[in-house]
Amino acid sequence: MRELAALVCGVVFGAGLLVSGMTNPAKVLGFLDLAGRWDPTLAFVMGGALAVNAAAWALTRRREAPLFAAAFALPAERRIDRRLLAGAALFGVGWGLVGLCPGPALAGLLRGQLPVYVFVLTLVAGIAAAQLYTRPGRR
Amino acid sequence: MISDRFAPALGLAGGALIGLAAAGLMLADGRIAGVSGILGRSLAGGRGDRAWRLLFLLGLPLGASGAAAVLGDLHGFEITASLPRLAVGGFLVGFGTWVGNGCTSGHGVCGLARGSARSFAATLAFMAAGIATVFVVRHLAGAA
Repeated sequence: MRELAALVCGVVFGAGLLVSGMTNPAKVLGFLDLAGRWDPTLAFVMGGALAVNAAAWALTRRREAPLFAAAFALPAERRIDRRLLAGAALFGVGWGLVGLCPGPALAGLLRGQLPVYVFVLTLVAGIAAAQLYTRPGRR
Repeated sequence: MISDRFAPALGLAGGALIGLAAAGLMLADGRIAGVSGILGRSLAGGRGDRAWRLLFLLGLPLGASGAAAVLGDLHGFEITASLPRLAVGGFLVGFGTWVGNGCTSGHGVCGLARGSARSFAATLAFMAAGIATVFVVRHLAGAA
């Protein structure tokens, strides 16, 4: 059941990305381009997603456990440190260079577009490089 | 000046679906729907936890292309970055999201919904960096 639920959630997530327009890199860049012809859509996407997810979390957090797992897996880390901000900033630079972040990049894999393959391959390479860089002991 | 691509109703509707998916993954499996984290941990292979991660990731293209087949490709797909820029961008997104423990979905959609100050700080940082990068590329360097 746990696997089936994950697949269904992935499908709904992917459908939401398509409906929202965030699968089109030009729309994401249009949001980030405050000095150009601005496209505020991304703010509405975040607003819609946050409204639903925050309301659901208010109910879900009262449960002792999720439906198909023993416990909620929530991040223990609370610190706002240099590592968090530097990582997020590097991500933001890459995002601004292309207009793709991980969800929309994977959601575009069935379009048969070479740019999406190049982006996803280098995305995976970047994660793998970071996993080496952040091996235990370096933190 | 507002772009003629601005689509607030579809943005809200798609966002609500994304929020529903994130809420569902938390309720069902107790997991945060952060795409970069799920992708990165599916690579590392965490015994028994790999199947649900791969299935969630598989759902993303199935859902997006399925929705496009039913509803039409509502917003199109326009990508202007050259291959070298795509490669640099992809690497930075992968490296940065792993080091910073999340991307638009994990920090932006899930962390903010849980009221995480850490995710709020990360979201501000990647938004600011993205805005600055687009400004440099489009308005200082004059590229597309």
